[in-house]
This record gives sequence, C-alpha cells and structure tokens, in this order.
Amino acid sequence: MCANEAVPVADFETPALKPYPVIPPIEIGSMAHSKPYVAKPDIQQKIGFPGELVDNWEQVAVEKMGALVDNSRALRVFLDSCVKCGACTDKCHYYLGTSDPLNMPVARQDLFRSVYRRYYTLAGKYFPKLVGARDMDQELLDQWYSYFHQCSQCRRCSVYCPYGIDTAEISMAAREIMDTIGVGQKYCNEIIGKAQTIGNNLGLPKPAMIDTLEGLEEDIEDETGVKVRLPLDEKNADILLVTPSADFFAEPHVDGLIGYAKVFHQAGLSWTLSSHASEAANFGLFIGSEDNMQVLAQRVRDAALELGVRRIVFGECGHAWRVAYNFLHKLAGPFDFLDQDYPIPQHICEVTYDLIQRNLLTLDKSGNDDKVLTFHDSCNVSRGSRMGDQAGGQFEIPRAIIRASCNHFHDMASDTIKEATFCCGGGGGLLTDDLVELRVKGALPRMEAFQQVVEQNGVTHLAAICAICKSQFSKVLPYYGFEMDQVVSVHQLVSNAIVLGND
Amino acid sequence: MSVLTVAFTFLFYFASAIILLGTGYKIRQYALTPAPLPIPTTPAPTTRAGVVKRMLLEVTLFSSLFKANKWIWLFGWIMHAALLFVLLRHLRYFTDPVWSWVVLIQPIGLYAAFAFIFGLGGLWARRFLVDRVAYISSPSDHLMLALLVAIAVSGLGMKYVVPTDIVAVKAFFLGLIYFDWHPMPSDWLLNLHLLLVALLMIIFPFSKLLHAPGVFFSPTRNQVDNVRERGSTRG
Repeated sequence: MCANEAVPVADFETPALKPYPVIPPIEIGSMAHSKPYVAKPDIQQKIGFPGELVDNWEQVAVEKMGALVDNSRALRVFLDSCVKCGACTDKCHYYLGTSDPLNMPVARQDLFRSVYRRYYTLAGKYFPKLVGARDMDQELLDQWYSYFHQCSQCRRCSVYCPYGIDTAEISMAAREIMDTIGVGQKYCNEIIGKAQTIGNNLGLPKPAMIDTLEGLEEDIEDETGVKVRLPLDEKNADILLVTPSADFFAEPHVDGLIGYAKVFHQAGLSWTLSSHASEAANFGLFIGSEDNMQVLAQRVRDAALELGVRRIVFGECGHAWRVAYNFLHKLAGPFDFLDQDYPIPQHICEVTYDLIQRNLLTLDKSGNDDKVLTFHDSCNVSRGSRMGDQAGGQFEIPRAIIRASCNHFHDMASDTIKEATFCCGGGGGLLTDDLVELRVKGALPRMEAFQQVVEQNGVTHLAAICAICKSQFSKVLPYYGFEMDQVVSVHQLVSNAIVLGND
Repeated sequence: MSVLTVAFTFLFYFASAIILLGTGYKIRQYALTPAPLPIPTTPAPTTRAGVVKRMLLEVTLFSSLFKANKWIWLFGWIMHAALLFVLLRHLRYFTDPVWSWVVLIQPIGLYAAFAFIFGLGGLWARRFLVDRVAYISSPSDHLMLALLVAIAVSGLGMKYVVPTDIVAVKAFFLGLIYFDWHPMPSDWLLNLHLLLVALLMIIFPFSKLLHAPGVFFSPTRNQVDNVRERGSTRG
C-alpha cells in the first residue's frame, strides 16, 4: 500500500482498523446528520408515489403502517415479540462503525415500533411513556429518514435474534411508508424508474449495450485468440442470463461478465443477454415495494418468453439473487414454459460449479498465482437465499469455484463470514455518494477482518459475488489504505484460470 | 364469604379469561395474517422436519441467542428453565391427587426459584451496566423484571420466612376450577404474591411477553427453504 497514493478527500474521519474487534461505547446522535438526497416529485410520481409530503401525512403514515402490519405476519410478530434483550445491539456493521445507538438493530426497530405501539396497542394508547410509544411527528419522521437509510437490510441481526426478528423487514416497511407520504430516497427511486422504463439501473439503451458487448468480444479475442460471443437478444438460445448492469462496464464487474461468457463458451452452452431485462438488480426490494418489485420481475419473465429460452440464469448480484431465488415465482410465475429439469432460476455459480464437477471446464489455477484470495460472503446471498441442493450451498459453491480457479485461498475470521458475514456497507439502496460517510464507517468490520488475513496470510484480494459489494469495496478500500482493485469478481478468477483453445 | 375471597375469586377468573382469550386472540391473529413472500433466515432447513428441529432448538436451548451473546444466553436460559420448574412445582395447588411426577420434582422447583431470581438479576444488571442495553430499556422493561422478582421473592418468603396455610390456598384454587368456592386465607404475603401473579396474567397478552407464542410464528425461523423445489415442480 503506497502511502503516496492520492487518498480521497473526506470531511469525516475514517475509523482506525483495530487488531481485534471492539464493541464501541454509544455516542448518541453521532450519525443523526446522515441523510440521503430526497427524491424530486417527478422521480416519485414515475414509480407511483406522491411527489411531495402529503397534507395529512401523519394520519396517512399511521394508516399505511396498519395496513402493512395487517398483511405481514413478519411485521406483526416482530413488532410484538421484541423483549429488548440486547442480543442484536453489537451485530450491526453500522453500529460498530459509527457508535450511534440508533444504529443498533433494536433501537432502529423501535423508531418504528414506538409508532406501532402508540396507535395499535392498548399499552401504547394509554401508557405511552411506560412502553416507549411515540406520536408520528416531524421529529420522528426526520429520524426515520435518517436511520432507515442507515440500514442495509443485510439481516445479520436476524441471525442472532432469539425470535428471528429481521430489521430488514421493518426498514423496508418504513421506507414504503415514507414513499407513501411522499418522502422517497432519490438514489433508489430514480434507479427503479430507469430500470422500469429503459430496462436497467444504469439507463443503458440497447445500442450502448451492443457496442459494449462487441468491445468485450474483441478484448477476449485479443487476449486469448479465441472468439467468445456475448450474444444479445438472441432468440431460441437455451439460457437467458440476467446480470446486474454494472457488469457491462464497471470494474471489476465486467471481468466477471467476461468470465460467464468464457464458461458458457467452453461448456458449449447456448445463451443470451436481453436488452429488455438487462438488469438483475431489483431495487423494489430496498424500498419494500412489492408492486415495484413485481414490475421488474415481470420484465425477466417477458424477456424469457419473448426470446424463447429454456433456462434463466442470474449473474453475480446479491439482493438480485435473493429476489430471484425466493420471490421470482411469486412475483412473475409460473415458469412452466422453462425446462423443469433445471432449477428455476439458477445462479451463475451453480452453473459453473456443476460444470467443474463434471470436468467440463479446463482450469489452470496458475492463472491466479499473482493473487492470494479471500471471499466476502454477500449478505443477501448468505442469509436470504441458497445455492445448490443443500442448506449452506451458498457458502460452499463460490468457495469451491475459487479453489478450483486459484492456488491460494484463506477464509477470514469465522465470525465474519458465511451466515455471520458483515455487509460491505453499501447494500440495501445506500450505494450513493451522498452516504459516503456511512458507507466508509459501515465497512469497518469487513475491513478489519480483511486486514487480519492480509497480515496473517498475505491475502491480496477480496473476491465477491455481488455488484453492490464490488462497487462499494472499490470505493471504500482506499479509505482504509488498500487499493481499489483489490476487490475482484469470482468469475474474474474463473476467467483468469480458464484455458480456451491453445493459449 | 369475605370481601377478600370475593375479590380474589373475581380477580382470578378475570385474569384467567384475559390471558387465555387475549393470548388466543393474538395467536389467531398471527396465524391468520398472511406471509406472502418466503423470508427464512438462511441457511434454513429444506424440509418441514428440519424446521421442527430448528424451532425445537430455538425454544428449548435458545440456539440463536447462544450464538449472539453468552451472558444474555446464560441468564435468560437459566431464568426460563427455572421458571418452567417453578410453574410445574405449582401444579400441586391445582391437582388433587397430586400427580406423582409433580411430587418428584418438588425439590427441583424449590432450587429453581433461586435460579430464577439469579437469572432475573443478571438480566436486570445488564439493563444498568451495559450502555447499549440501558439505552434500549423502557420503564416497562424494568417494571417487568421488578414484577417477576417480586413474585419470586414473595413466593420464597412464604416458604422460608412467613409460612402460609397452603392447604387453604389449594382449597381456594381447586374451588375456582370446580366452581365450589373456598375462602382465600388472609395473609398479606400470600395476597401480595397472588395479586402480582394475577397482574402478570393480565398484562401477558398486551406486553412483550407475547414473545412466547410469537417465536413459533416467526417467518424467518419457521419457513422451509424449498421455494425453488416447489416452484419448479411440474404441473
């Protein structure tokens, strides 16, 4: 790590990396100033929400809350069951990185629960002070806007809660209520609008995609001497690959896309991308809006039907895989037109892993001998989905791919990986520059675990299977004295190892 | 019948109705509220039998809490296990003849009372000593612990300090069950103990004590992770 490298300018202090994790004492209000930009009226209206704060917003918010609770067993049970035991208080990466007590999962939930108690429970109606019930007012709304945008919905707290209370569900509901009264977050809602009209989060139109994919084909041919195709909108291909749009140009995402293409090529699989469903991400999840999630999921179904594919495969994207794996059937099913002999949908890692098991890929591990790898389990994959037939396949399959592609691999500390993995700090719709302080501080636990394997095992690179994780790490690694290119895609490693033709 | 007897007779019928109907209402509500999207916290069991096992470990050994924090687990598990034995020990006041296994566990139930207070003390201490837990504690969280400690201490007081007429107490409760009412002994410690117990029964369905039925309905814990297998089945 060269000390002379330009360090990003920041008006906050990057936390120091400690040799072992420390639970910080609380610092009340230390992140109260953190607020993402509010969505402008046109952004709000485009995705079905009021443009600005509605007149009787207190009442509308409370009624919306009631309707949400009536239709969600999760919310109802979670709001009633918390005993304030404190098990979750040291589990959130944002608490560990900021010390703000409202970033403790239970305290974040209580911003919501206090309103539920006030309006929907006997105790809260008659003894509000006793049970910590609060009126829905401007002060509380400000806290909601600030702190429900300091939750990346990573579900780490839900692993440790004795009742499985999942703060992600509560934070999604809070954002949906805020959208309903006209207070939306610019970053998420603008992206949802783009994805629903253009087809992807980045707003890449079809000509730009064609251009990019042709460029990549040339790059691969230059590098390997082999013509590997990246087909777009190819009818009657076997596989529709739905991947995060960042894979089309961002680093290191694009190296992952090249990896998928090489895998398909070597296995002789017929595949295509779609310009209609050119986005795996589904930001509808982050704002708790099933309607918006549905619109985006429907595009995947429509593209699959239109192109006449037999399988749907998702690229490396964490929350996209959670939505695809758990919700796709519900949102856009039934998928009876696809080949039922393959999992619907399938993850690219499952495809690659299966090919490796069947010896259909030629991998030369020395292609990655310049690296010592560790693997960052993405939160939504780890705690919100599965790969393969066995519980926990989402941990074993990506590691098996890395081990098949690399000679040098070391896991980070056991309480920071697999189901206990820390969020990268940028998930849940927070991957925006207006939240950079939060993102840097929230990355602290992951950076400490990374630092440990860097020092003890000589690890040089952090492999990830999520577009958000990759972008987030590229941004925050330099704040902690690392290089931005120390994060790599898992399929980038496959790409480096795979032997095409005679090279 | 004395005013005291009449008052306690009504109180316990009322408290029993509240805890049974109130908790029954909440359980019904949990069961009927839709859970449209699968949200198990993974890795989750892929079969129904696996979920039963996960839930059993959760409610008997507090497996998630064990992962989270050994101190809370220690105090919390001891408190709940002790409470179970204390409650079982009390079955002797509601059964005639007393079931033999209830006779057998009487001494355990007695030790359990001390363990119960120890566990509560540990949990309460955390509410003062750990800044994060102090921050999230409402007055009601302290009062709940105070109520449980007061019930336990008044109960032990009758065992070791001011013995009460347990034959009469038993006659009173059997009388409630069989609608053949008997007098409530006038003994301030007993009356206090029972008053607090009735209060606990009444607040049960309105308080965080709903975690007891709630945990069984928690979607992150009770859902099977098999959406793809179900969804991709032909036909």
